[in-house]
Parts: sequence; structure tokens; C-alpha cells
Amino acid sequence: MGGGRRVDEVLEAVKEILPLSLYEELVKSLSEATDLSDEEKLAVIEEVVRRYVLAMAQPGEPVGVVAAQSIGEPGTQMTLRTFHYAGLMEFDVTLGLPRLIEVVDAKREPSTPIMEIYLDEEHKYSEAKAREIARRIEYTTLEKVMASLQYTLGDRDVIIKLDPEMLEDKGVSVDLVIERIRDSGIGEVRLGEDQYTLVVTIDRKVLPEERIFDYRTYKEIESKLRKLYLKGVKGINRTSIRVIDEKVVDGKVVREYAIVTEGSNLAEVLFMEGVDYRRTTTNNIFEIAEVLGIEAARNAIIKEIMKVLEDAGLDVDIRHVMLVADVMTWNGSIRQIGRLGVAGEKPSVLARAAFEVTVRQFYDAAVAGEEDSLKGVTESIIAGIPPRVGTGLVLMALGIPRRRQERG
Amino acid sequence: MSSGVPDRRILEHELVPEHRVLSFEEAIALLRKLGVKPWQLPQISLNDPVVRLLNAKPGDIIEIKRRSPTGGVHIAYRLVVAYERRA
Repeated sequence: MGGGRRVDEVLEAVKEILPLSLYEELVKSLSEATDLSDEEKLAVIEEVVRRYVLAMAQPGEPVGVVAAQSIGEPGTQMTLRTFHYAGLMEFDVTLGLPRLIEVVDAKREPSTPIMEIYLDEEHKYSEAKAREIARRIEYTTLEKVMASLQYTLGDRDVIIKLDPEMLEDKGVSVDLVIERIRDSGIGEVRLGEDQYTLVVTIDRKVLPEERIFDYRTYKEIESKLRKLYLKGVKGINRTSIRVIDEKVVDGKVVREYAIVTEGSNLAEVLFMEGVDYRRTTTNNIFEIAEVLGIEAARNAIIKEIMKVLEDAGLDVDIRHVMLVADVMTWNGSIRQIGRLGVAGEKPSVLARAAFEVTVRQFYDAAVAGEEDSLKGVTESIIAGIPPRVGTGLVLMALGIPRRRQERG
Repeated sequence: MSSGVPDRRILEHELVPEHRVLSFEEAIALLRKLGVKPWQLPQISLNDPVVRLLNAKPGDIIEIKRRSPTGGVHIAYRLVVAYERRA
């Protein structure tokens, strides 16, 4: 009868109203429902649209308060402890409430920065290749590869014994160590009694003749040698290889490897050779904003908060978290939810004073001669007038003049 | 930190949604449709790496196609502003 065209037309019109995922699901379900007549299909579409519109937030709905309550209440049930990922990771990770607070307070550095480095096609299926990249990334100093460091006051020779196992583990050659010491200008290097013993003769500029018995100068030189940079990316203190995926292809087990690091430096690691720059991330949201932009930071905030909540087994709707992330990234930079961020930038003195450091807020407002137009929710409640949310948003237009004190 | 042009490859990162600069006509139509003034839109810094790659100017409106876990795709808009990010 050609009635199917009418369904298509309606669907096309409905596309503007429904979100994409819902629309696609609707189209799919309708195409599968062959036993429905066109009339019935139209009725289904109508019902879907009706329910969708009903489910939308209504004008004046205090979504912020709802979000705050929806995250805050489950948050009270979270543990205060930080703990390990038992067995999964070798290092401490801040989880639970402390991590949630960290994200929402927009701390510039997480207390435990972690990077997840994914590898490109060539490197991700081989543990050896993954390890090689991990070695290149891990920040390695002389201290990490040496067994002992000896010196005697009055003697220019410092004897450094390297640890062959650690050299192997970190992928550092003795030649590299010699080169780095030479480049540092601390002094001349030669091999000692065996191939893992280095003798550094300290330069006269670094250790003048008159300081040769000065203990403090020696200490300074020692610490300089210990901290001597050998290889790696600054900020990445430790690395570990993890299997993130395991599947069987043609009867063989194929494992996908990724690197997890303690410490974070997205800007440098992201475009290193062998690193998958599409997926590699960090838990430092400011770094993400710096390198990938504010929209990426918004996504990262959502991901981090949801991860914490899900780990704690709390079922919080992602829409609340999205609202929090939207507010935090509103002006293009990351603002904390608090006195120094979102709450502190409210235009109303009373609203700010109600939040934190009340007296200070009033002092400053008095000095600046601020006014309060009593339009926000907090101020309205303090002043005892109906706040402009929900049904308070609309004013009834009756033909009677309103009393003055009801609304300024 | 913000020396040089950011690497184009950041646009392919899974956290970075698609950004597009609206033309003047589109921007006017958008503001009319939403019934807002430009300053009522969310903002994005001129120093944002993606903004710098797009060569957007202050006052431009950026259309962002966010991949939303609830709605499939969600279009958001941000106004490019010139002030420095607070350190």
C-alpha cells in the first residue's frame, strides 16, 4: 500500500528530536518487527518520543543540586583508605574517596600519577619489545644501576661499582654510563679493576685544591653523581609491563601488552616511537588539558570519577558526572568545585559566604562594595524568598499588582 | 610549555572529540536558535591545543561532536576566548 513511506517520513522527522543512540535503536527495532502494521509502528514511534520528552530535564529543574546529591550521598559510603590493586599493579594507587576529592578539587598533581601507555601494532604483541620501550621511557639515574660508591677525603678518585644485573634490567651499557659521566664535566672516567668498576677522577674545577678535605663538597659531588641522568623520560619513575588482552588466534595464545608507569609525562611519552598516541593516557588531568585540550580533559574527568565510583560498587548515573565535568571545564580551564573554583566565582556574596570562609567573604565584599541581587538559590533561601528553581522559575502573570517585597 | 604548534596527531586521540569552527553565518544562526549571547556559551581558551590546530580566533564558536555514552553523539559549543589560562 506504500504506507511504509509514511513510517519513514515520521522517522526522519523524529530524528531531530531523539538522541542518536535512541534513534538508531528505534530504527533497528522497527525493522525487525515485521509483524507490526504501519499504524502500530507509528504508535510505537509516538510512544517512544512521548516517553523521551517526559524523561528530559524540565526547565527550572535544579540539575546541579540533583547531581551534587547523587554523587555526594553514595560518596559518604566510600572507604577512606587507599589500597593496592591486589596483584594487578606493583605500586600504590590512590583510589576511593581520596581520589574522588583529588579530581573534584582539581589538584594539579595527583598524589599517585600513573600513565597507561599503549603500544602500536608492531610492539604490543611481544613482551620483549614492550620491555624495550619501557626501558627507554623509565627515568634512570646512575644511582639505580650502581652497587656502591666510595671515596676518601683527600683523594680525587671516586670508585663506582656498577651492578651488572641492574644494568641488564634497565638496559644500560657501561659505555653509556662512562659517556654520561664524561658529559657531566664532573671528571675523567676510566675503567677500574674489572669491567663494572669505574674510577672517576674529579675535575679541579669541581673540587678545588683547597676544598680537598671538605666533607660537604664531597657530599655534593656524590649526590650529583647519584642523580646523574642516564636515560628515560623525566617524571617516569618506574615502569611495569601488563597483559591487557589475551586471545587465541589459530590455536596460539596472543597477548597484548601495555606499560603502566609510576609518574607521568604525557607530553613527552605520547609521541615516542612505538607508543600508540591514540590511546595512551594519564591520570593527571592537567597534563591532559595541556597536551590534548580542554575537551579531552572533560572526558578524562568523567572517566576518572566514574572509575572511582564503579570500583567502589556505587551506581551513579553518568549524567551527574558529566554535569560536574561540564561545570569544571566551563571557562576553558579546569576549575575545582570549591572555594577557589566554581563556588568561589559565584556572583552572589551570600552564596559564597554560605559555602566557606564566611567572614572573609563579607570583609572582601564590603571593601569592594559588592551588591547582591538575590537571584540565586542560596541567596534566596537565606533571604527567605522563593528560589528561582522548579516552579519558582516562572512567575504568574495575574492582573493584580504584586506586593513589592515578594520580588525586587 | 606552549611553544610551537601542537602535534596534529592529538586530534586522533580517543579522548579528543571532533572540533570544528563554525562559519559566521552558522554562528549567527546558532545563537539565534539557542537564544543566547556568545558569552553565555561555555568557553575554550585560545591556547587550547586543538584550538591552535584549528587556527581559530577569539570570538569564533567551536562545534564539538562529543561521543556521549548516553545519547550516541552530542553536539556542544564553546566560544574561543583570548585570556590566559590561570597557572
